[in-house]
Amino acid sequence: MRLVVAVLVGVAAELAGIGLMTTAVWLVMRAAEQPPMSALTVAIVAVRTLALARGGLRYAERLAGHGAVLRAMVEVRGRVYESLVRRPLRDGDALTRLVSDVDAVQDAVLRCLLPACVAGLVGVTAVVVVPSLAVGVVVVGVVLPLVAFVLADRHLRALAPLRAVLAERTVTLREGAAELRAFGALEGELARTDAVVDELAVRERRGAFPAAVLAGVAVVVQFGVAVVLLVQASPAHVVLGSVAVLEVMVPLTGAAQKWAEVRGSVARVREVLGAQGKSFDREPLVDVTGYRRIGVVGPSGAGKSTLLRVIAEKHGAKGVLDDAHVFERTVRENVLFAKPGATQAELDRVAAIADLDVDWDAEAKLSGGQRQRLFLARALLADPDILLLDEPVEGLAIRHGDEVLSRVLDAARGTVVLVTHRLAPLQDFDHVVVVEDGQVTQRGTHDELASVPGYYRDRWISEHIGDRSVMPTVH
Amino acid sequence: MRHADRRYVVTLALLGVVTAGLVLVQAEALATVLSGGGGLFVLVGVVAARGAFVWLGRVVAQREAASVKAALRKRVLRDGSGSTGAVTTLVVKGLDAIEPYLAGYLPQLVVSVTVPVAVLARLSFADWTAALTIAVTLPLVPVFAALVGMHTRERTRRQWEGLAEVGGHFLDVVRGLGTLRLFGRAAAQAGTVRAMAGAHASATMRTLRVAFLSALVLELVATLSVALVAVPVGLRLLHGGVTLHVALLVLLLAPEAYLPLRAAGAQFHAGAEGLAVLEQAFAARPPAMVAGRRVPDLRVAAIECEAVSVRYPGRDELALDRVSLRLAAGERVALVGPSGVGKSSLLAVLLGEVEPCAGRVLVDGVDLRELDRGEWLAQLAWVPQRPTLFPGTVGENIALGTDVDVLSAAQAVGLGDLVEARHTLSAGERQRVALARAMVRDSARVLLLDEPTSRLDGRTEDTVLRVARDWSRGRTALVVAHRPALLDAVDRVVELR
Repeated sequence: MRLVVAVLVGVAAELAGIGLMTTAVWLVMRAAEQPPMSALTVAIVAVRTLALARGGLRYAERLAGHGAVLRAMVEVRGRVYESLVRRPLRDGDALTRLVSDVDAVQDAVLRCLLPACVAGLVGVTAVVVVPSLAVGVVVVGVVLPLVAFVLADRHLRALAPLRAVLAERTVTLREGAAELRAFGALEGELARTDAVVDELAVRERRGAFPAAVLAGVAVVVQFGVAVVLLVQASPAHVVLGSVAVLEVMVPLTGAAQKWAEVRGSVARVREVLGAQGKSFDREPLVDVTGYRRIGVVGPSGAGKSTLLRVIAEKHGAKGVLDDAHVFERTVRENVLFAKPGATQAELDRVAAIADLDVDWDAEAKLSGGQRQRLFLARALLADPDILLLDEPVEGLAIRHGDEVLSRVLDAARGTVVLVTHRLAPLQDFDHVVVVEDGQVTQRGTHDELASVPGYYRDRWISEHIGDRSVMPTVH
Repeated sequence: MRHADRRYVVTLALLGVVTAGLVLVQAEALATVLSGGGGLFVLVGVVAARGAFVWLGRVVAQREAASVKAALRKRVLRDGSGSTGAVTTLVVKGLDAIEPYLAGYLPQLVVSVTVPVAVLARLSFADWTAALTIAVTLPLVPVFAALVGMHTRERTRRQWEGLAEVGGHFLDVVRGLGTLRLFGRAAAQAGTVRAMAGAHASATMRTLRVAFLSALVLELVATLSVALVAVPVGLRLLHGGVTLHVALLVLLLAPEAYLPLRAAGAQFHAGAEGLAVLEQAFAARPPAMVAGRRVPDLRVAAIECEAVSVRYPGRDELALDRVSLRLAAGERVALVGPSGVGKSSLLAVLLGEVEPCAGRVLVDGVDLRELDRGEWLAQLAWVPQRPTLFPGTVGENIALGTDVDVLSAAQAVGLGDLVEARHTLSAGERQRVALARAMVRDSARVLLLDEPTSRLDGRTEDTVLRVARDWSRGRTALVVAHRPALLDAVDRVVELR
């Protein structure tokens, strides 16, 4: 609704501008015939009024347009959030992209949709008044933008694979920089990536060529229409009025190119908004009832974190998962939301257990070790029946981590499921499972698993490999 | 004009002058035709020329933008700072933002100088009262824009911060959704998301009302001056004070004086964003190159770590805590200890990738930091824990820029059949590529192996270990070990705790 108002104000502003030019030309042409002064009075008033109206209406249009879009974006953000609650997106990069997609939607409305509606209505009005303008309006308002869109879309598609190659190369260059330096291969790899950059530049230049032609054609059509009207001996105010009408429509070519850029974002946001929630009915690989302390080990990517998530969904368990997040709020808010209304004494108790020693009311900008301790404090405050811990003391010095973990285990009221790469804490657990490739390959107690060949024993030996060494060492 | 190539600016200036000339000629021709004179062909010619110059201007601008982007991409690839994700985004997509600045805003800025000057010059000959009207009103636009700008700068700055905050809050909440769900707080946040965005929308509108004032002035000045020029000219025409030709010329040229300023104003924000990206890209500075000392012959030199400590930025804990270790020439040492104790960090120090925050590494008595890094690395071979596979065949990945024969090394680690392969490799295969990569470097005197067989199955590990044992004989080697099998291949075991 607000958008419609913005469009209508925009149309009024543009029509006022066109009317101003037309009336001014009419005034001058009429004056040249040296009529009585009274014949010009209306035109003079009209010129002055339209001049004021045009400026004021443009201001109103910009405010109305931005206001409408900003209000609409409040609703879009809210609905995107609700869709994500129904259907979570795990990939951090995808989330970041989604957030910038939402911003792109704002751009699409302000820079494509609004101008297109305004120009469309102005064009229709102009053709109704001066039917001979139809060809010019259709060419500048429809044909050129369509061609521009198709060309820009094709251009962007042609660039996409090259951009993907560049992205891949940039990532390996950055992540493999140490290796490339160590092997003296950095310069060669940079040179090969430079070649991709150059190829991209060549294609960009080539793609810009037709777009430039279109811009030139738009100008030629804009004034060409005026020339044709002159040849047809149309009155001067119609000739210059048509130039003003087409002036409003020329930017549509640019808007169409912009649309080619942002339509992917718009589509992705729509897809998220339209997505249905999926029901979650997976059974966990491990039955967590009947044990008090369960350990989960296995190589990275084997499915340990997924296992915890399935347990969380099925049993409503809480804890520290691998996507645990520190919100950009105070430490207090970050811990307290696990149990709103908890007292300071409760907060102090869980902080002491987790060894969290930071200012409660400072913004939570924490190092890796402090983050983990905050997560533990939060999980302890929630005090769930089943506590899930996914590498909870990662980033803490080993011995310190062992101490904190042991205090947390002592404080946990119910069942604990612990994912860990360090096996030492599992020695007194009553159940340990080994997960490899999404399957449980071994289960038993620590002592049972450490005595049979397999992943667990390999890890156990390597964790204690130093104990066999007789060599003197280090501090 | 910051960060713009001088030649490009000169080209833009030339194009701007030609454009101004064409605007004058076109107005002249239109006025002549409309006032009953001939010269329709001149008009047709001018329109064609304007189209041609619009095309030319775009081509020149886009070419420049593409070249500058390519140059900046190369620069950021080399010296960009920040995370891999941030650098990749800047290289692949972020730098596109300079296009509106270089190819849109800058050309428009040039034209908004040349055209008004030309219009004023022409009108001062035709009708000096009209020229005076424009000369007085035109400067109002930038002056008022500056006044509004000064008045709103503080508010606008706060507004942009607020914008970033809302964007940040949305991203923050969305990223923390997993956590919110886990603790049953996700639904409660939906209201907060709307409230934050709503509050921000209202605040933005308050600022925009003032910020758009400069646009309002621009529009009003432009349209009012048409009225201010048209009405008096019409009246003088009525009394025979001017000819119709001059009156039309005035009427046609007056709006042209304001048009480029309006266009430049419309592109100001996109331009400002592009300029910010340009400055970010230009901030990438190559590290200072220091010519180091000659590296001792590592066949005979000992390497000694003296209480080396490492702390990574933003971490409290030391990644490596006062480690001392002596590697005699030709000695093979296994490094063991729990994960996280700093074994890989010690290798990173020896590679020169990480500087110790305390302690030092001596090579034949000389501090490693004083040695020529290239020369030092040339005598090293490194097998990282998680090897990177670069685009190209397995063979190219083993050779990594050198033109050595890779086949025998590939066969030794059991990758003989895969030398020409380009497809993705398993973790174990990647590790064997890394081993072969190190083995083809015959000049290497010191081997740094980081869990070189961690991802291999038992049989492959045996084969690889046999090969590695022969290869490492006579060379100094530091092996981060994690499996018992590796310990049999070394002379000494050192534990970090």
